[in-house]
Amino acid sequence: MSRERNSVRRQRDALSEADEAAGGMAAPDTLAVEIRQLNKRYGDGFVALRDINLTIRRGEIFGLLGPNGAGKTTLINIICGIVIPSGGVALVSGFDIQRDYRETRRRIGLVPQELTNEAFETVWATLSYSRGLYGKAPDPGYLEQLLRDLSLWDKRHKRMMSLSGGMKRRVLIAKALSHEPEILFLDEPTAGVDVDLRRDMWQLVRGLRARGVTVILTTHYIEEAEEMADRIGVIRDGELILVQDKHELMRSLGSKLVTLELAEPLARLPAALEQIGVELGADGRELRYRFSTENARAGVDALLRAVQQAGLTVRDVHTSESSLEQIFVRLVGRQPGAGA
Amino acid sequence: MNWYGIRAIYLYEMGRTRRTLLQGIVSPVITTSLYFVVFGAAIGSRIDEIQGISYGAFLVPGLIMFMVLTQSVSYASFGIFFQRFSGTIYELLSAPMSALEIVLGHVGAAASKSFVLGCIILATASFFVPLEIQHPGWMLIFLLLTCITFSLLGFIIGIWADGFDKLQFVPLLLITPLAFLGGTFYAIEMLPPFWQTVTLFNPVLYLISGFRWSFYGVGDVSLWASLGMIAVFLGLALLLVWWIFSTGYRLKD
Repeated sequence: MSRERNSVRRQRDALSEADEAAGGMAAPDTLAVEIRQLNKRYGDGFVALRDINLTIRRGEIFGLLGPNGAGKTTLINIICGIVIPSGGVALVSGFDIQRDYRETRRRIGLVPQELTNEAFETVWATLSYSRGLYGKAPDPGYLEQLLRDLSLWDKRHKRMMSLSGGMKRRVLIAKALSHEPEILFLDEPTAGVDVDLRRDMWQLVRGLRARGVTVILTTHYIEEAEEMADRIGVIRDGELILVQDKHELMRSLGSKLVTLELAEPLARLPAALEQIGVELGADGRELRYRFSTENARAGVDALLRAVQQAGLTVRDVHTSESSLEQIFVRLVGRQPGAGA
Repeated sequence: MNWYGIRAIYLYEMGRTRRTLLQGIVSPVITTSLYFVVFGAAIGSRIDEIQGISYGAFLVPGLIMFMVLTQSVSYASFGIFFQRFSGTIYELLSAPMSALEIVLGHVGAAASKSFVLGCIILATASFFVPLEIQHPGWMLIFLLLTCITFSLLGFIIGIWADGFDKLQFVPLLLITPLAFLGGTFYAIEMLPPFWQTVTLFNPVLYLISGFRWSFYGVGDVSLWASLGMIAVFLGLALLLVWWIFSTGYRLKD
């Protein structure tokens, strides 16, 4: 078990190093966010972030995954200026988040995890306030379009407390976009929202990406990251344990399962199949073979040859691929959303 | 300077006043009017002049100052505390705004509200008692400086308080007794010598005295002592605000 875990760790270290090398080669002006050796230790001694190194490219959707308490929100809050880092450097579009905070913050929009709002304010007032805070001149036309895009226009005179949870979430997104940011942080944007709204938000995020906005997304819904993200970062106990292109990640750490339904039941597994790691189902009618997605062709070939060699007749074939969620659980050792 | 940011905070906070007009403006004006009716017109008519001024007229500067002190603290503390309480402070902290700009927006709005409140109470008082303002320029300066200084204090309290209890603590249990014992209802020369000396340690006495001087040309302490005390208050409040933002006290982890 521990050998397997070490093997996974070595594999992801190698992958992270490869990604860091790739990130390091990117020209600085193509980077939306650049983080070097970022640390955060809270006053009570709790270490929330340990030596985080990360580059996020302009215009990509970056999914930051990790269990509760892993440090995702701390990382976002540091970049946005809400939490003071204990050490390291964070740059936004090449500007230092502390020294050049005006330059960095005006480029950033943040949708927080909590449904925070001033209950007695109207949607329009809270949106105008947000735009003003970021130093933008009033632009009712832009805000109207934004509210229309988010299906909030008819709610503009409503007080925040009269809106549903989903509508409040939309308002938070509208507030984050009210100053036309280049980089949008979405911290658990679809937590507690229904499926329709979640899909609407995915569409909105894709639209933003199409307009060149960089999106950094943290989520417990791995399905969301699988659906949306270009690259995935996995954070655990304050350490960034992996950063990789989503498709590469699924190819390199994912696996496929082929299930063969046999015409006749087997009493015991033939040696040729046992050698390549095939498992026999309890009723003797099912063969299950799991292999790495990266070596898909070799895996299938080996299975078919072994089946032929054993002289078996196959009645049906099923295949399935591991999801990002299964990869995540394998990496982190916990279900997404589970406490640290 | 992020002028749009300052404007946004200012308008947002002024909007809060419009929503809470009864509590924020009407209620203090009615309370003060009751003081004028009871102490000024009813009981005051049976009290001798103080420092050569009818008792009703004597009360006016003290009561205005009392209301302005408490309401400045309330307005400013509630504005920033509510953002912390509701969690919307994240927006302020992640905005491209300096500490000075945030303070200008918040304190500017609170000071504006309490200045308007002071003017309304002054206008209301003129219905109950005959008024004269010998030094209107000084009167405005005292009023404005007090509004700003105590709005700064309120802003600090709004950041310090971790519950509604503490939010009410300073206006109710600190400023109210200091104002009552600081010459709102009497001149300190009416006290025994020992208590006169004790009262001189009450900073609110200097504010009320200076403000009263601007009306009638008489006060418990000199004009310059009053101005000096406001300057000390203002300096201390600015120093505390600077410390809060430079350390992130109760604002940033």
